[in-house]
Amino acid sequence: MAKFFLNGEGIDFTAGNDVPLLWVIRDWFGLTGTKFGCGMAQCGACTVHVDGNPTRSCVTPVGSIEGKRVVTIEHLPATTQGATYKAVRQAWIDKDVVQCGYCQSGQIMSAVALLQKNRSPSDADIDAAMSGNLCRCGTYQRIREAVKVAATSLPAAASAPKAAPKAAPKREGKKA
Amino acid sequence: MKKISRRDFIKSSAAVAGGLVIGFQLPEGGKRAFAQPQVAPSAPNAFLRIAKDGSITVMVKHLEFGQGVTTSLPMILCEELECDWTKVKYALAPAGAEYAHTMFGMQMTGGSSSVVNSWDQLRTVGAQARTMLMQAAAKQWNVDPSQVRAENGAILGPGGKRATYGELADAAAKLPVPAGVKLKDPASFKLIGKPTRRIDSAEKTDGSAVFGMDLKRKDLLIAMIVHPPVFGGTLKSFGADKVKQVRGVTHVVDLGNAVAVVGNHFWACKKAREVLETEWDLGPNAKLSTAALSQQFRELAKTPGTVAKKGENPAAVDSAPKKIVAEYEVPFLAHAPMEPLNCTVEVRDDGAEIWVGSQFQGPDQQNAAKILGFKPEQVKLNTLLAGGGFGRRANPVSDYIMEACVVASKVKKPVKVVWTREDDIKGGFYRPMYVHRVEVGMDPSGKVIGWKHAIVGPSIVAGTAFEGMMVKGGVDPTSTEGVSDTHYAIPNMDVQLHTVKTGVPVLWWRSVGHSHTAFVMETMIDELAAAAGKDPVQFRRELLSGNQRMLRVLDLAASKSNWGSALPAGRARGIAVHESFGSVCAHVAEVSLQGKDIRVHKVTTAFDCGLVVNPLTVEAQLQSAIAFGLSAALYSQITLKDGQVEQSNFHNYRVLRLNEMPQVEVHLVPGGEKPTGVGEPGTPPIAPAVANALFALTGKRARSLPLTASL
Repeated sequence: MAKFFLNGEGIDFTAGNDVPLLWVIRDWFGLTGTKFGCGMAQCGACTVHVDGNPTRSCVTPVGSIEGKRVVTIEHLPATTQGATYKAVRQAWIDKDVVQCGYCQSGQIMSAVALLQKNRSPSDADIDAAMSGNLCRCGTYQRIREAVKVAATSLPAAASAPKAAPKAAPKREGKKA
Repeated sequence: MKKISRRDFIKSSAAVAGGLVIGFQLPEGGKRAFAQPQVAPSAPNAFLRIAKDGSITVMVKHLEFGQGVTTSLPMILCEELECDWTKVKYALAPAGAEYAHTMFGMQMTGGSSSVVNSWDQLRTVGAQARTMLMQAAAKQWNVDPSQVRAENGAILGPGGKRATYGELADAAAKLPVPAGVKLKDPASFKLIGKPTRRIDSAEKTDGSAVFGMDLKRKDLLIAMIVHPPVFGGTLKSFGADKVKQVRGVTHVVDLGNAVAVVGNHFWACKKAREVLETEWDLGPNAKLSTAALSQQFRELAKTPGTVAKKGENPAAVDSAPKKIVAEYEVPFLAHAPMEPLNCTVEVRDDGAEIWVGSQFQGPDQQNAAKILGFKPEQVKLNTLLAGGGFGRRANPVSDYIMEACVVASKVKKPVKVVWTREDDIKGGFYRPMYVHRVEVGMDPSGKVIGWKHAIVGPSIVAGTAFEGMMVKGGVDPTSTEGVSDTHYAIPNMDVQLHTVKTGVPVLWWRSVGHSHTAFVMETMIDELAAAAGKDPVQFRRELLSGNQRMLRVLDLAASKSNWGSALPAGRARGIAVHESFGSVCAHVAEVSLQGKDIRVHKVTTAFDCGLVVNPLTVEAQLQSAIAFGLSAALYSQITLKDGQVEQSNFHNYRVLRLNEMPQVEVHLVPGGEKPTGVGEPGTPPIAPAVANALFALTGKRARSLPLTASL
């Protein structure tokens, strides 16, 4: 049994500690914004935030995130990273980044995590943070541009991370 | 269960949306690989819905898999409609005869032709709807139609009269669809040609876009397939005892030559598949290897093949004072779209429903009907967004879709067949492996006087429904395109083809034959320029004399890249120009070597795709085509050993990453009366541009792809 927070909600997951977080998110909770691309942390399509850190959910057994806070793209606007996400999303739209769009949830999760820690990333910083996210459409040039645009439009000061929710409602790990 | 026909669908959709629904008839003529059933004359092909609130929905008949048809196709229609662009939405059309490709006669997406074949069709639909709305307003106001005009989603009449499209939609829908409508003068275009942001960005940046993989249905089961470990292998037996112990597994289905493991979720299937016991007869390809194929292809290339282009005097090469002989090899390539292949099927007593992001809605619907024992109209195929495809979702035999149909029919519940990345990389239907052997004769001044060219490799269309339509005189044009029809004025050019059966399933891959022929032609031309002691651009100019379109693109790329100007030490430029899918593309690549690592810093692109519908999309597609082509030029290859595919996932089927993406600068040739292809033509010239830059840098010719492996 694994206890963790998914998008602010307390979860007791009982279907096996070996189930990768990706499939818990998608198959049990029906949140399909997080994508399956490779299953071995090679493509980044499954990137979520675990305690604010970009994490490849496809190789993260749910048993390994006991007590941690998992955020998927669907919930990002409601978190302390919401303002950063808003700037990133707007830059993505303004720069017309997306093509097929399948990798973009993961790209955005990585970009938000980068900008949350580094408000004016250099090209080398962008390379380091974003090269783990594959895009077969080749939207890389516009991703780089959009990260820079987003950096310039971040709100004045990033707020301090909130404490974990205290009495989160308990939800059984049922298939959504 | 109610049988859902195409007609009901349109009726019910119209009922929901209200307002105007406008149709278009299927064009006649043309030989078809998959002739779609003719629709009753009264069943319209709905491309457009105008709702009472004024919102406009354009039905997109092509698959959206990155290329931007959900924006460019509505732009074409809405230009003529004179509507408010901010109120335009798209919907993905299901399979339907009325959505057939106007050139190929079946519903499909490929050949960089979505905009090209929709151009007249969607402009006409837009103009018809605008005319009907104007007529409805004129009738309502009791004025002559000549006294009203359409502007930004409303009809304006004398005395300041104004009615919105939403208000007029119901009345307009009752009017007959006018024939012979007048299309706008392109000089008055307001939307076409204007950089226009995609209308699908919002849903693709908040996780809400629904791809095939994301489809939800009540009681949906997941299925994973165990395929033969070797192409052409056969299943002898399997044991499912251990599988049944895996929590969440519901069925194990014998598919004849494969086994499906079905369960409540992906992870159950994945675990179960690992413990399924199978015994295979590996068959005739048990010892198949890339090394042996390479040797076989290279030997064949030295023997006479099927004539694809007859040289006037083939002996010209043999007697030439100067002769260059070169052999080239390109590997099998997987498409590796980001979204692994998947398909959801629900089979009922009286029909079936399919949800899939397919490039081949027409052929897939027909193949599904056949395997399930239904008529095509009993199979409703819903088009979903696809996470890339590059040709892999355009399979004449509908491979993974057929698997889903059979599994769903056996378990009698909705089933989503999901391929893993390993299934995708190892699963075949690759861009074929090819060998080219080229012998060129030159006179002492460096002028080309003869060219003998042999191409060896599998045929993409042989054995498929496309063979009869495409193969002429034993030549599959997808093997020779880009060579036989070269724009260079080459005397005594002789092209021969050896079509080889390898046992490895093959398929079209972004830019099809051009993906290898441009590499060979453009690196050989570069080699000849060096042999003649001429500048690569100047040498090409001389051989292209008279082809103004090629010259314009070549010259534009050269001037915008400052061709010939000094570069920092350790950097060099290479150029390539190639026509494909009706468009001409030239790239100048700026390259350096860091150890054995090839770095492409910058690509300057010149492109002529006729009339540009959306410059933002065209630029994106060129960046995309370059990234896709660079993956193959630098890194990717599928190899076989002892019948097994040696690659399995992105760690050993390497593709381009963000830190490896060059800065791409796009220059479009203005003008053109009609659009020509956009999605593919940027791919062919990138590999030769990089290879030519490497030569300029090192003085050595790389004649095999990927370049990183040949260094």
